[in-house]
Amino acid sequence: MTEFIIVQTLNGLVYSMLLFVFALGLSTTFGLLRFVNLAHGSFFLLGAYVGVSTLHATGSFALAVLGGAAAAGLAGLALERMFFRKFYRRTDLDQVIVSYGLAMVFIDIAKMIWGKDIRSLPSPEWLSGGIEIASVTFPVYRLLLIVLGFVLFAGTWLVVERTRIGALIRASVDDRDMVGGIGFDVRALFTLVFAAGALLAGLGGVLAGPITSVYPGLDFEILITTLIVVVVGGLGSIAGAFWASLLIGVTDTFGRALFPDSASFLIFGLMALVLLIRSWGMLEEEME
Amino acid sequence: MAPGDDANRQKRAPAEGRGDVMLGLAAVAGLVVAPWLGVTDFQLSLLLEVMIFAILAMSLNIILGYAGLVSFGHAAFFAVGAYAAGVVANHVSTEIWLSLPVGILVAALIAIPVGWLSIRVSGFYFLMITFAFAQMIYAVVYRWNSVTGGSDGLLISAPTFLHNPVLQSRHSLYFFTVVCFCLSFLVMQRIIASPFGRVLVGIRENTRRMRALGYNVRNYKLAAFVIAAAFGGLSGVINAQLNLFIAPESAHWTQSGLVLVMVLIGGTRSLIGSIIGAAIVLLLQHSLSSYTEYWSLALGALFISLIMWAREGIYGLAVRGVALLKERAS
Repeated sequence: MTEFIIVQTLNGLVYSMLLFVFALGLSTTFGLLRFVNLAHGSFFLLGAYVGVSTLHATGSFALAVLGGAAAAGLAGLALERMFFRKFYRRTDLDQVIVSYGLAMVFIDIAKMIWGKDIRSLPSPEWLSGGIEIASVTFPVYRLLLIVLGFVLFAGTWLVVERTRIGALIRASVDDRDMVGGIGFDVRALFTLVFAAGALLAGLGGVLAGPITSVYPGLDFEILITTLIVVVVGGLGSIAGAFWASLLIGVTDTFGRALFPDSASFLIFGLMALVLLIRSWGMLEEEME
Repeated sequence: MAPGDDANRQKRAPAEGRGDVMLGLAAVAGLVVAPWLGVTDFQLSLLLEVMIFAILAMSLNIILGYAGLVSFGHAAFFAVGAYAAGVVANHVSTEIWLSLPVGILVAALIAIPVGWLSIRVSGFYFLMITFAFAQMIYAVVYRWNSVTGGSDGLLISAPTFLHNPVLQSRHSLYFFTVVCFCLSFLVMQRIIASPFGRVLVGIRENTRRMRALGYNVRNYKLAAFVIAAAFGGLSGVINAQLNLFIAPESAHWTQSGLVLVMVLIGGTRSLIGSIIGAAIVLLLQHSLSSYTEYWSLALGALFISLIMWAREGIYGLAVRGVALLKERAS
């Protein structure tokens, strides 16, 4: 029983950290750009696929991580310039449409290039061992992911709270027009934030590869869970995204282990509950 | 996020003039005689499917286009209607006069608590909460083996009317669907043209003002949500009679997304747009998936082009084109 709890907790933490890496970009684009990006999962999948190809070509996992993250970041940069920036001031429905459309286009392009089969992305040899924790052997790679998640949380927190660019981002979340008005290039800042979010999503895609494998449909699977994370954590809040990732990741992992098939009921119910509690005593407009 | 943005571009409600009525009658006549015009069985099935999904898309458009609420879980009511009718047919009575109303009623009844909770939030949060409820309904349908057949789906007993088998042939089912489709269109058209429908548009354009004018905004939204779910349930019941089978996938979010795509492609400012949208999506799905596997690419590209250059959808585009031609001619 204790073994079960330890293993599931560790698995839940791994899952949480992957969710967090992915949620960071989604949450900041929500909070900063007021943009609902349903194509965020595509960056995740693109990163994973480029990672698979890079690993295949070079045999180096480090290069795969770099390649996947860079490809997703560049794609984010290009798409922001071409499509997304035109939609920042349009309705959220318009944003949903354009990003959903792009996600639909991407999934077929990905199938053309990488096929429809499940591709494996093995973790590097030197991380394939296990470490014993309280009589349970747990893979080193997964433990490293947990550590990485915490490091990333601390890193982004420092960037946002302690640097000049972070101050600009926080100011733009509150009032982007004012930040633009006093002479900062808000558009460039938006592009930067968007590309950084895409890069993190791609990074998450490669890192998740050894655990989830890579296949078409993974993009929406991860997107849906992360949307829940972002809604529960509050739009644009990094700390919120972190704690919500932990809550949803661990809940979902235990849910899947204890009641397979109805685990999604748990996290969807959790999100509905959070939304309703937050809406308590509010008028509809205030929930915008 | 910018209310009034679309108001300037709003077109006159369709099906008002005499010309539109004639056009409508011609379309109905075309549907009625279609089986004698050398239409193949496959084409007839496709027409059937288009009508069923057109009812579903139109019902979604009542809350989306008119009340301005983007629901991402509408297919759940389609599934609820189908399952409810199926369970009644299998366990109570196969009489269609019983299973059809029960399917509609159960969909509407489930929509009451779901809608009551969902309308408390708006914008993107409404999308997420309807999505969450729909996925919960999907999970229930998927798990509740003893009633719904779980992941295997549910085989449904063939319908009867006063103990006579009915709707067994493709043709009788076709006419049944034509009648349901036309009635649904007329009733929904009536609803959106009524004072009730005008209030919904008012809420979409300026919620705060409508509240200040004394309208109970939440009650109106809830009513629209329940009406939409009832018609969604109807489409599910008809679909259940067509296949005599219902699978849990029909409640899945991808199905809700597909209906949303239909409405958006056709254009949200009229019910006719939803019919056109349903037809285009189903045609694309059938024709493209038989040639290539990449129909999502085509649909996505169409989607992006419409949102970039023709926000009013294909029907709105057509209306604009006709108006332009008339202007040229005069």
